[in-house]
Amino acid sequence: MGSEKGLRKIIKEWEEGPVAKTLAKFPERKEQFETLSGIPVDRLYSPSEKALKDYGPELGFPGMFPFTRGVQPTMYRGRFWTMRQYSGFATAKETNERFKFLLDQGQTGLSIAFDLPTQIGYDSDNPLAQGEVGKVGVAIDSLADMELLFDGIPLDKVSTSMTINAPAAILLAMYIAVGEKQGVPMNKLRGTIQNDILKEYVARGTWVFGPNPSMRITTDIMEYCAKNLPLWNPLSISGYHIREAGSTAIQEIAFTLLNGMAYVQAGVDSGLDVDSFAPRLSFFFSAHNDILEEVAKFRAARRMWARLMRERIGAKDPRSWKLRFHTQTAGCSLTAQQPVNNVVRVAYQALAAILGGTQSLHTNSMDEALCLPTEDAVRVALRTQQILAHESGIVNTIDPLGGSYYVESLTNQLEEKAYKYFDQVESMGGVIRAIEKGFFQREIAESAYKYQLEIDAEQRTVVGVNDFIIEGEELKLPVLQVDKEIECHQVERVKLGRRKRDNKKVLEYLDDLRKVSKGTENVMPSVLKAVRAHATVGEIMHVWREVYGEWNQPKVL
Amino acid sequence: MSSSKKIRVLVAKPGLDGHDRGAKIVARALRDAGMEVIYTGLRQTPEMIVEAAISEDVNVIGMSILSGAHNALFPKVIDLLKAEGVDNILVIGGGIIPQDDVPALKAAGIAEVFGPGTPLAEIVGYIESNVKL
Repeated sequence: MGSEKGLRKIIKEWEEGPVAKTLAKFPERKEQFETLSGIPVDRLYSPSEKALKDYGPELGFPGMFPFTRGVQPTMYRGRFWTMRQYSGFATAKETNERFKFLLDQGQTGLSIAFDLPTQIGYDSDNPLAQGEVGKVGVAIDSLADMELLFDGIPLDKVSTSMTINAPAAILLAMYIAVGEKQGVPMNKLRGTIQNDILKEYVARGTWVFGPNPSMRITTDIMEYCAKNLPLWNPLSISGYHIREAGSTAIQEIAFTLLNGMAYVQAGVDSGLDVDSFAPRLSFFFSAHNDILEEVAKFRAARRMWARLMRERIGAKDPRSWKLRFHTQTAGCSLTAQQPVNNVVRVAYQALAAILGGTQSLHTNSMDEALCLPTEDAVRVALRTQQILAHESGIVNTIDPLGGSYYVESLTNQLEEKAYKYFDQVESMGGVIRAIEKGFFQREIAESAYKYQLEIDAEQRTVVGVNDFIIEGEELKLPVLQVDKEIECHQVERVKLGRRKRDNKKVLEYLDDLRKVSKGTENVMPSVLKAVRAHATVGEIMHVWREVYGEWNQPKVL
Repeated sequence: MSSSKKIRVLVAKPGLDGHDRGAKIVARALRDAGMEVIYTGLRQTPEMIVEAAISEDVNVIGMSILSGAHNALFPKVIDLLKAEGVDNILVIGGGIIPQDDVPALKAAGIAEVFGPGTPLAEIVGYIESNVKL
């Protein structure tokens, strides 16, 4: 073959000869195949002249612009990704035990799940917290809880990720304060706060204040971290929740990178040098079912971010161009029916994340369509990562799917389709305007509804749900239940904490925070003072609720 | 009652849970099935839900919780409806609800609980056969 023309001729002969002959006897399963995002999938991919010519600028080499093949020069030949299971339930005591169990099982980083009252800034004794305390994560009201959470876990030995958004400044301040008590200075702390409020409006729902004051707090945190916590990621710009809410892979990377650009712009607009904070921005994506589309998605996202940062923003430091990301396997793909099948789903999704070059990974547990994971279930999930790392061999070469005709074609198409959203959102006046208009929310709801209708019409098979069903299946998995007593216990604990502290001091610091929040000074030092004096999450958030008001969510169906 | 009267449904998200994918999908499916649907948005207290149900004169309340707060919040909605003297609204729920919790919720007055993987047609059919118009 050799030349492009020769190759095309052979392909034509193949299609008209053996393929046509086979199809006449055995039609394919579908007339058209497509990815989860609806991109048509051809029978076969082969190199195009463009692909051969473009190898350099499109792909580069690992650790080099545009990072399509990975952000580090040796990837997993150097070290594996961080195995980081998102966990938290009940009170600090139970979650501390779970953390120690996971570290003991070979987990290499921590990831805190907070309960909803903590995430929305209500103390456990707030009437609005009723029924929610310690349910989807651990209840943290004050520094006393945070100290207990890290009891016996030296902060200079672990990296910790915190899924916290509206109150991110407060939980970061608590982590700093725990470090101080352990004798670990803040410039040694390693970890991440999610702190991505834009996707809360778009998909996740734990917003509190409106976009403008929220962006101000976010830029304050970015600035504070750039100066004081050089090893900390002050933002984890998240597509995961956008995907979980029902988006396609295209929408996931488009909306996430749009949000990323909005944070960068906010930082630059507040007077920061982009290269002072951009190298610490991190990302968070989902690994869904369509293995090769997911691999292409991670590769496309890396290339897009590199180009946006270098060409559009004008960042000079190559570290600012690198899209480093955490991955979680897709919770929404898990089924309550035949739940053991979820182990297999998670393994394939984790495979996609590794083939896509993730920096850290959470693998879901088989029971998560039913409850928070039990110890036995989470152990299997962690073992899945360990098997991929130590047994599968996929870690021994970088970007093993690079050059696959199919994966390269998908990578190009995902990038192209994602950029179309950039034009659309810019013409609407930017991300915040688009959020206020409900644009992202509507796009996601549309995709989610379409996906469900396909399942209901049996155009899309979900094993164990709409096909391969076990009639009269009975649930056999043990389910983790959070004890009802937990809530009463935590309510007592926060009340006791308020009695034991120096309340005059707390009021003084909260007043100070109020003044700073109305002005333009960075809020972090005042938050840190209040936290050290055992002001609660709810009290600090209340100050901000008074100063900034709450967001009024557009109701989008 | 004329058979042409449309069934009115309040789709509600009680508590602090932000998972609204399921609630929104169900809301759209009910609308596509010819019902009139009002969606509350997130973070509704039981009081807000009951007030909306009464002022919107709905026949059905459909609540969705994935955070585990269902045992505290679902029955409270029923209690408040009773206190208001309302007994003709069909109240159903869905989300991540462990099987073990279902009998107590039903005893409290939640007519049916729909778990993950429920086909939309099943929810539509249930409402159509059990609503009191």
